[in-house]
Amino acid sequence: MAIKPKQPLGRIAYINARLMDPASGLDVKGALLTDGEVIADFGAHLFTDGVPEGMATVDCQGHCLSPGLVDMRAQLREPGDEHKGTLASDGRAATAGGVTSLVCLPNTQPVIDDMSVVEFVARRARLLGLAKVYPYGAVTRGLEGQELAEMGMLAEAGALAFTDAVKAVADAQIMRRALSYAATFGLMIIEHPEEPTLAAGGDMNAGETATRLGLSGIPRQAEVIIVERDIHLAELTGGRIHFAHISTAQALDAVRRAKTRGLAVTCDTAPPYFALNEIEIGDYRTFAKLSPPLRAEDDRVAVIEALKDGTIDSIASDHTPQDEDAKRLPFAQAAFGGVGLETLLAITLELYHNAHLSLNETLRLITAAPANLLGLAAGRLKKGAAADLIVFDPDRGWKVNADNLLSKSKNSPFDGRPVQGRVIRTVVDGRTVFQLED
Amino acid sequence: MSDTASDTLDFPHRHLLGIEGLSPDEITLLLDRSESYVEQNRQADKKKSTLRGRTIFNLFFEASTRTRTSFELAGKRLGGDVINMSVATSAVKKGETLIDTAMTLNAMHPDVLVVRHPDSGAVNLLAEKVNCAVINGGDGAHEHPTQALLDALTIRRRKGRLSGLLVAICGDVLHSRVARSNIHLLNTMGARVRVVAPKTLVPTAAERLGVEVFDDMNAGLADCDIVMMLRLQSERMDGNFFPSIREYFHFFGLDYEKLGNAKEDALIMHPGPMNRGVEIDSEVADDYGRSAIREQVEMGVAVRMACLEILTRTGSETAQGNP
Repeated sequence: MAIKPKQPLGRIAYINARLMDPASGLDVKGALLTDGEVIADFGAHLFTDGVPEGMATVDCQGHCLSPGLVDMRAQLREPGDEHKGTLASDGRAATAGGVTSLVCLPNTQPVIDDMSVVEFVARRARLLGLAKVYPYGAVTRGLEGQELAEMGMLAEAGALAFTDAVKAVADAQIMRRALSYAATFGLMIIEHPEEPTLAAGGDMNAGETATRLGLSGIPRQAEVIIVERDIHLAELTGGRIHFAHISTAQALDAVRRAKTRGLAVTCDTAPPYFALNEIEIGDYRTFAKLSPPLRAEDDRVAVIEALKDGTIDSIASDHTPQDEDAKRLPFAQAAFGGVGLETLLAITLELYHNAHLSLNETLRLITAAPANLLGLAAGRLKKGAAADLIVFDPDRGWKVNADNLLSKSKNSPFDGRPVQGRVIRTVVDGRTVFQLED
Repeated sequence: MSDTASDTLDFPHRHLLGIEGLSPDEITLLLDRSESYVEQNRQADKKKSTLRGRTIFNLFFEASTRTRTSFELAGKRLGGDVINMSVATSAVKKGETLIDTAMTLNAMHPDVLVVRHPDSGAVNLLAEKVNCAVINGGDGAHEHPTQALLDALTIRRRKGRLSGLLVAICGDVLHSRVARSNIHLLNTMGARVRVVAPKTLVPTAAERLGVEVFDDMNAGLADCDIVMMLRLQSERMDGNFFPSIREYFHFFGLDYEKLGNAKEDALIMHPGPMNRGVEIDSEVADDYGRSAIREQVEMGVAVRMACLEILTRTGSETAQGNP
């Protein structure tokens, strides 16, 4: 994609908006003014006497105007696997989904275990001017689980936190040291909670469905074992642990107990785990082959309960691009993962439409909550803050069609699903980077 | 601190196994005696006959150059007979146990055993089995009492006191017997001690030893009188405690920038051997105005002379009772 030189921005008035700020609970009819790249003012009082003549105006037509989404877990394929996705293609997918800030995993090629790769990703994304991209650094060199990566210098280069991406740190002693070392710099470790020897060779959730389909199972215990282990290691070291995409009731109980004890433990989940269950695999649908695997219905219900009671702190897309070659295979040979940037808002809004949470509570899980976890100045309406905004209609119905997705890879587990809630406009640093074509 | 402590007090211990448990008066006694040997060591004629007829075994189960040489020199300057035994030449390689070795040496009627061993507590075990005085020359990650004494002597000579000083002990505290002995000594003498290291190199419950723990060098060195660097003991690391030397140096290596947080007249110390460019920048290590690293070596001989003399003084009575 050609990189366009940026035009100077003036002041832009967003009028006829339903202003939503999940951080403060604001939900009023009003307007918002951007000046250059920042939010200059907003509220019910603004432009009640009309917009000054000559000022650029965006009529929100009564739709919601909220902070842009913050996605704390997306896999990007550049550098290394550009056939599955580029910073440009996934950047366009992100902005179409209303994501204005995303944090990418270090499992690129080369791995983000070196300062130069952190800087490469950040600079490329900045030049594209789409969603803002922040990288996580690797916990261990080459994600091999053996030697600690240079976390201190990675943090100085801009890594927000550390994770070995789609692998747990298997060795308890190395995880202990990693938590301890990261805490030296006040940074968090994000764990993919899956005990690798228990999960080895597994294709889907262990249980009746796996047995009927003749697929080998990944037991739910693979998740809770690592969650319990890491909670204890965090307590031992004073380290900061966050669990990605929790999918089981047992693991949520463990996190809930740790929180009750006052430990600094947090977790997120991803839309498939509260919207789908293992039945989705049906007749060996590889788009429903995810990691962690889709679980049983009682787990799905437990995830919703945990979102309601605050056990789960945030929701991430868990965007995992896989090309056709990686998915058009016998189920056991197909790659794990689904794309999620463009469906993050609509699937998350099911929590609102199904009356589990209010609209602001729902939005908070994909804006202020992940921003707070990572210490990012994003995900809220604030004077002087970067104008990263979305205009969306929470009620507009549409049908997910994998072929129409903007991401290069089309492997959506939600393909064919009728959903509600659509992004109409996405603004990054005061510039409109996406506009829905009617 | 009383200057006359050495005249009025005897050292009531048979061995010197550690600093932990010594009283301020006992430490002062050892330091005062050491002080008297500093001048002697600077004379052309350095030899005395205080230990004439006494036998000292330097029993080293772990490689050492400076500590062994320092003890050897100390013994010889006091007129004693010093025998060096290192692990490479001892019977231990042939399968003899630590206690067998001790009993064998004991049968030769030594007066002092100076013992270094890679296992914490091994020197204490050996001391239970022999009839002579035992000086701990460093056991595992437990204690290295003569190092702490020579550090204290160096500080006392430069700063005139120990009490009230703010001391930062930086680096590989986890594996360091030097750090433990220094923490005990400095706390006993009324100094304030900080340890500064990545969390992976701070032992569990370190603050219970009476230190403030820092994981940021700039904050940890702020307003310090003494900056004590430790050697990164890679040989004791059975895994990963930090990612790389360059990262370690970047965040925890002592350079002028980090040193700028300490007091202007802060003294730089290192027990040696130094890893230049790892825990300490060469420029800083070689800064004669601020670095006391060479002086520490000099004080080492004086401290070991004092320890040998004092322990043979008290030990001789006990030995007479146990023919």
